[in-house]
Amino acid sequence: MDIFIQQIINGLVLGSIYALVALGYTMVYGILGLINFAHGEVVMIGALTALTAIGLLVPSGLPGPVVVLGGLLIAIPVCMTVGFTIERIAYRPLRNAPRLAPLITAIGVSIVLQQLAMIGWGRNYHTFPPLLPAAPHQFLGAAITDLQIIIIATAAALMAALVWLVTRTRLGRAMRATAENPAVARLMGVDVDRVISFTFVLGSALAAVAGVMVAANYSIAHYAMGFMLGLKAFTAAVLGGIGNLGGAMLGGLLLGIIESLAAGYIGDLTGGFLGSHYKDVFAFFVLILVLVFRPSGLMGEKVAERA
Amino acid sequence: MSVDPKLKARLGVVLIGVALAVLPFVVGASFGNSWVRIIDFALLYIMLALGLNIVVGFAGLLDLGYIAFYAVGAYLYALLSSPHLAIAFPQVFAAAPGWPVWAVLPLGALVAGLFGVLLGAPTLKLRGDYLAIVTLGFGEIIRIFLNNLNAPANITNGPQGINNIAAAQIGGHALNRPLELFGVMVPGVHLQYYFFLALTLLVIFVCLRLQDSRLGRAWVAIREDEVAARACGINTRNVKLLAFGLGATFGGVAGGLFAGFQGFVSPESFGLLESIMVLCMVVLGGMGNIAGVILGAVLLALLPEALRWGAVPLQQTLFGKVLIDPESLRLLLFGIALVVVMRWRPAGLWPSALRKRELAAHGEAA
Amino acid sequence: MSTPLLEASGISKRFGGVQALRDVSLAIRAGEVYGLIGPNGAGKTSFFNVLTGLYSADQGEVRFNGQPLPLGVPHRIAGVGIARTFQNIRLFGAMSALENVMVGRHIRLRTGVLGAILRTPAARREEADTEARAHALLRYVGIDRLANQQATHLSYGDQRRLEIARALATEPKLLALDEPAAGMNATETAGLRALIEKLRGDGLTVLLIEHDVKLVMGLCDRVAVLDYGEKIAEDVPDVVRRDPRVIAAYLGTEAVDA
Repeated sequence: MDIFIQQIINGLVLGSIYALVALGYTMVYGILGLINFAHGEVVMIGALTALTAIGLLVPSGLPGPVVVLGGLLIAIPVCMTVGFTIERIAYRPLRNAPRLAPLITAIGVSIVLQQLAMIGWGRNYHTFPPLLPAAPHQFLGAAITDLQIIIIATAAALMAALVWLVTRTRLGRAMRATAENPAVARLMGVDVDRVISFTFVLGSALAAVAGVMVAANYSIAHYAMGFMLGLKAFTAAVLGGIGNLGGAMLGGLLLGIIESLAAGYIGDLTGGFLGSHYKDVFAFFVLILVLVFRPSGLMGEKVAERA
Repeated sequence: MSVDPKLKARLGVVLIGVALAVLPFVVGASFGNSWVRIIDFALLYIMLALGLNIVVGFAGLLDLGYIAFYAVGAYLYALLSSPHLAIAFPQVFAAAPGWPVWAVLPLGALVAGLFGVLLGAPTLKLRGDYLAIVTLGFGEIIRIFLNNLNAPANITNGPQGINNIAAAQIGGHALNRPLELFGVMVPGVHLQYYFFLALTLLVIFVCLRLQDSRLGRAWVAIREDEVAARACGINTRNVKLLAFGLGATFGGVAGGLFAGFQGFVSPESFGLLESIMVLCMVVLGGMGNIAGVILGAVLLALLPEALRWGAVPLQQTLFGKVLIDPESLRLLLFGIALVVVMRWRPAGLWPSALRKRELAAHGEAA
Repeated sequence: MSTPLLEASGISKRFGGVQALRDVSLAIRAGEVYGLIGPNGAGKTSFFNVLTGLYSADQGEVRFNGQPLPLGVPHRIAGVGIARTFQNIRLFGAMSALENVMVGRHIRLRTGVLGAILRTPAARREEADTEARAHALLRYVGIDRLANQQATHLSYGDQRRLEIARALATEPKLLALDEPAAGMNATETAGLRALIEKLRGDGLTVLLIEHDVKLVMGLCDRVAVLDYGEKIAEDVPDVVRRDPRVIAAYLGTEAVDA
């Protein structure tokens, strides 16, 4: 089996998920200039909600893919509600506060969501039942499963839909106007508060899908899964250029591939000194390197000077 | 009625001094020595919170990886005061290093400070929220390395951590053993208390002095408006680095004390949640206000115990079982506290001295 | 005339597609009040920001007191003796008025970490001296009674005065004021004018960017006019006022018949 191709495939799958989550970060950042630390927790809530729903649907005897879809369709509105509520309760009152305040609030919200999830779902790992065909196909000397194909295809379709929404619809235009200059957008008749709410809801819906994908891909979900995932997705957003939709997608895919390749080859590269359990470190190194040497990211405008 | 304010202040200091001196005996006799241990930890947290306060409270730099400096201090102490190195590298270390505490603590402070500067140098020019993420990443990197540096060379002993760490020795007496003084048996936790108290007072003293100096003003100026601070001739990069380095130094000292007190260290003591707990102490008490930060540290250090004694029985009476274990209740309260404080009381529980002074000035005018 | 205090030559600055400054040269003499005016977007503030180090210049150099100015490094520029205020007042809001001025002394002080912690006699002397000077400066601009007030709680006019006091605390040779009269009522503007006259009387060189043409023409010894990033005039107010290019630049926007 070709390890290189295999790691690229794994990286694309991982990267598609990162990209979906990164879009949530980048949209909120683009409009509010806020890092929504709690976004990773929304992904976690999506994953656990879907798993609970799937657990209830399995006895119905419906075909596997329908059950998964059912779980997803329940997780999406739940996450949208969570995203909407976070913005209303925690962030909206702080729009004119000093810059440290919303950041600290975001951390607080993140902890609250995580602990609520722990109380609701417990400390245990929840396993994703084998509902989707897992037999691998051969592809360029590597293996790819139906699930992996579904993940990549769904992510691609969602991203295309998002781009269409932002560039071609009235609402998308309002979003872009708000991101450019909220005060002017308001003068032009844009309901800025509604646009911001919508941005959170939209990002949360994508997060729900991503959550189900993570759970299906790794076959487990856990109340603490959101933190690392969120951090990596944020890294992806920064890598691509935060505030930039295309950048988030590119950054997500790149980070997924970097991580997979690094995990596959680090042992050989460091003569066995560092093993694949360091794979989480790569995301951080990428993040630090990007922020230090190219804070505007690969596709972003220069944001470092904006105080 | 007029009492000389100077006399009043002196009297206050004496009273507080006496109270602090007898505290472990009073607490130990009334609640048991496990509570003295809790107070010892509270003192460690005060040091940590005051260190972070220099970075977050004074200079306005949100550091989410602060616990990493605590970890550096703790592991350094652990390596230099336990048999681990001699066991892992017998060909290099014939015997356990066994460094004395007066050498290890300053070294820990220095190394942690160095880490602070090394981390700060490339990142401090970043915007505030990016800095938060980078420091968070840095904290996680340190933890992951501590977790995994047991192979191929066993430096940190991985997830099991390092144990058999010798307690600090002062005058040839190990502080974890009781000492007979003037016919009174003083337990180890009490001795640790006095040792920690002395260092905490030193840290408070240093913070107060720095706050009221050219440097303290420069930090606050940067926090308030970096562009204006630069226009005033402040070399913001150097002054921020100084805040980072000094904050890290305090973390390093507290970490060393922690290792000697606990007798073992493992990576799980140095996770993100610990960083956030210290941040919570600073924010809740009042960012930038030393008295407030001390209050915040004490409150949050006592919170888990209060929950254990209060919340568990309460839940049992109400629901017949424990629905929320004290640990996650504690974290939940931290999260809620951060949100609530930022929303309704961004200056924290203890308003800063400036506002008090202003109120006094208003009072005179009226 | 002797060599100028400040001599900018050939300053150019571009922002993306906009040429904010094009080959601007001007000289400010010691002891004068020098006005810089121009229609909105003419590049006044850009020039100002280059001069005070907030931006670096794409081309050109500035000599100050005979030495090249370290462009792009604000704190060093403050160190060699150029202090500034901001168009939209930038004070340290949570600090008292007195502390704001004390921060202005930063670069003239020496106390380091150890000195501050040990409070050495030198550090103590420096601290006492700093406080005394800060009070003196607050008196000088007329707001010493507000020394212990939080900066954000001061009135608009007093905030402007405080910003000037803070700038003066750096012991500048050149004080650069960015639209100090913006948002002021007639009484406040008159007070500001008196303050600038007083500064000139005490031998300070002042660079004044102003929208209020009347104020500039009445107060300045010499005036330069920027338009579309280029200097189109530089002379005493009476000459500048009659310059056809200046009139053309202002026509339809503001009258120069002050």
